[in-house]
Amino acid sequence: MKADNLLNRNFVRWMAADEGPESDIVVSSRIRLARNLDLMPFSHLLDQEDGKKCLQEIEKAWKKRDNKDLLEMELLTFNQLTALERQMLVEKHLISPNHAESADSFRGVLANPDGSLVIMINEEDHLRIQCFLPGLQLEECYRRAQKIDDELEENLNFAFDERRGYLTSCPTNVGTGMRASVMLHLPAIVFSGQTNHIFHNIAQLGMTVRGIYGEGTEVVGNFFQLSNQITLGQSEEDIINNLNSITIRVVEQERLIRERLAEEMKYQLEDRVGRAFGILSSARVLNSNEAMALLSDVRLGADMGMLAKIKPYVLNELVVAIRPAHLQKKAGKEMDAFHRDVKRAEVIQERLAQTREQSN
Amino acid sequence: MYCEECKQRPATVHFTQVYNGKTVETHLCQQCYAQKGGIIFDVAKQLSLPNLLGSFFVSNYNLQDMKSLSRTGSCPNCGMKLSDISTTGRLGCSECYTVFEKELEPTLRRVHGDSRHVGKVPARGGEKVMVKKKIEGLKYQLQKAIAAEDYEKAAEIRDEIKDTEKKLD
Repeated sequence: MKADNLLNRNFVRWMAADEGPESDIVVSSRIRLARNLDLMPFSHLLDQEDGKKCLQEIEKAWKKRDNKDLLEMELLTFNQLTALERQMLVEKHLISPNHAESADSFRGVLANPDGSLVIMINEEDHLRIQCFLPGLQLEECYRRAQKIDDELEENLNFAFDERRGYLTSCPTNVGTGMRASVMLHLPAIVFSGQTNHIFHNIAQLGMTVRGIYGEGTEVVGNFFQLSNQITLGQSEEDIINNLNSITIRVVEQERLIRERLAEEMKYQLEDRVGRAFGILSSARVLNSNEAMALLSDVRLGADMGMLAKIKPYVLNELVVAIRPAHLQKKAGKEMDAFHRDVKRAEVIQERLAQTREQSN
Repeated sequence: MYCEECKQRPATVHFTQVYNGKTVETHLCQQCYAQKGGIIFDVAKQLSLPNLLGSFFVSNYNLQDMKSLSRTGSCPNCGMKLSDISTTGRLGCSECYTVFEKELEPTLRRVHGDSRHVGKVPARGGEKVMVKKKIEGLKYQLQKAIAAEDYEKAAEIRDEIKDTEKKLD
């Protein structure tokens, strides 16, 4: 099974920090296109029979195309996956927490081996075509996602209205059906206490800021997800340009504060990074929030050149590898919170030690 | 402000009731409100997106309208009623957008600040749409040319609109 990769390895494409522009601050970019089949009841109304029909139509359209990206994909329906495996896809940010709750045979994903293209099937909409890439690469994400959209459209009749655009289950997505988002690591902005001020301004521009697991999730490890709110009355290009320029402004702000910290609080900053690295390298029990906070400090140090041996992609991987489902998959058994904390410390230590050996 | 009932705890539940056109405001603490048979709402849930959207739909109608709509107005394709949509914040199928068009218009404006799609058009079956979009664009340019008193250009654009419109037949 090709998609084994997504379940047995930690690494997925968006973690390849060295490939992406601005990846010292912009962890990853994502484009998501919502599409529905004309006249078919939306996903939340689907019973087994209609659901099966809906999935079959999508599967047929997928198999008919000889496009390389589509050929590489594999269909994983949720009755084939355990709850833990579905949760691992959430932890890798490839599917929404809501989607993972279902074990229905007509819900699932079409995913390629490196996890850069993942189509959620029968989540809130019949199809949600997603492309994930490292760093700030919204245009490239859009190019790839929209290619898939074009290919599938050859054999699927998508619900479209010339005035309302692509019709979606929730009216907040109607129009382009597109959600563009970037995941940002903003420790300096948080440290300077400017978060609320900046995010207030962003909200004024029709964008929203959330925690890393999307809607309704809290902010951990100074990671934020920035995305467009408006999908109607703006073209895809406009939406991407807007998000791009706002992201660049936030990145500039973060860099500016980082520089000032390096000048004015050199020792405090190095101390903080060094301590974080020390704890992560030798702690035996680490809870999730503590680990995320320390990884954020180490990441800041690595991005600012204080920890040259630590590669950013390793940190991207660790942020996912220390989540509960990944820890339990690695241990091969269910674990309570305490045993997960022990395993988490072990996983981090192991990975950091490996990096040091590789670079020596 | 203290609770009107026990006059000890701070009033955290505020509501306004209208009886026969008379407005009565009530301010109670949670405990007294619960004793009077009130339901304490889960605030986070109340403010969740579907609920907020749901309230967008119904806010344009008074209760009388709502009742008549929920009785007669259901989508012939999927059976969704307006009342279902206003509780879930979700539509039932692509047809709902046509059936509940009037009700949706203000919601779309409030959410997006606009109600017209200007983005991608599917290639299949989208040719007509492309042509219509082109005409719209030309008409806009025509207005601009007239406003700028560039009549030569305006005449050119007018001819192009006529040519393009032929493609629609």
